[in-house]
Amino acid sequence: MMEYIDFALWFLIAMAALCLIRVILGPTVADRVVAIDILGIIVVGICVILSISTERSFLIDVGIAWIILSFIGTLTMAKYLERRKLNE
Amino acid sequence: MNELISNILIGIGLSFSFFGCLGLLRFPDVYNRLQSATKCVTLGTCAIMLSLVIRYGFNDIGVKGLIAIPVLFFTSTAGAHALLKGSHIFGIKLWDKSVVDHYREDTEGGEGNKSENNENA
Repeated sequence: MMEYIDFALWFLIAMAALCLIRVILGPTVADRVVAIDILGIIVVGICVILSISTERSFLIDVGIAWIILSFIGTLTMAKYLERRKLNE
Repeated sequence: MNELISNILIGIGLSFSFFGCLGLLRFPDVYNRLQSATKCVTLGTCAIMLSLVIRYGFNDIGVKGLIAIPVLFFTSTAGAHALLKGSHIFGIKLWDKSVVDHYREDTEGGEGNKSENNENA
C-alpha cells in the first residue's frame, strides 16, 4: 500500500524533472513561463501525495498557497509580455 | 473499497500528468504545448485531490482537498488564457504547419490563413 504512494511520489518528481528539461531547452520566454506554471501544478500534486503518506493536513494549505502564488506569477509574466513594461 | 477507488483515481491522475508532460516536451510551438500541458496536468492533479476526499471522507484533510479543486481549476485556466494572449501580442510565431489564426483574424480583420499572414508580413 505505502509502496504505491511512494511510487506515485517518485513518478511526480520525474514529471517535474521533465518540466525542468523544457525550462532549460525552451527557445522563447513564453515556453519557459509555461513550463514553470506546469511545474507549480505538479508540485501541488506532490504536496497532496505527501499529505496522504504523512497524514498531515497542513501540506494541502501549502498547496493552495502555491496555486495562488503561481497564478500571480503567471499573470505578471503575461502582462509583461503583453505590454513589454510593468508600470502600467 | 474506498482505498481501492482512491488508488485508481491516483493512477488516473498520474497517467494524465505523464501525458501532459510528454506533450510539453514533444509539441512544436508554445500554443500547442500549453493547450496540451495545462488541461492534462490540471485534470490529473484534480483527480489526485478527489482521491484524497474519497480516502479520508469529510475530515480536515478531505475538506481541504475538496476546497483546493475549484481554486486549481479557475486559476490555472485563467492564467493559461492570459499567458497565451500575452505571448501572441508579444509576437511569438505559430508553427509552420498551423493552418488558422482566429485571434489575428479578429483583431486585424481579413482572413486568418497562414499564407496571407506571410504575405502581409
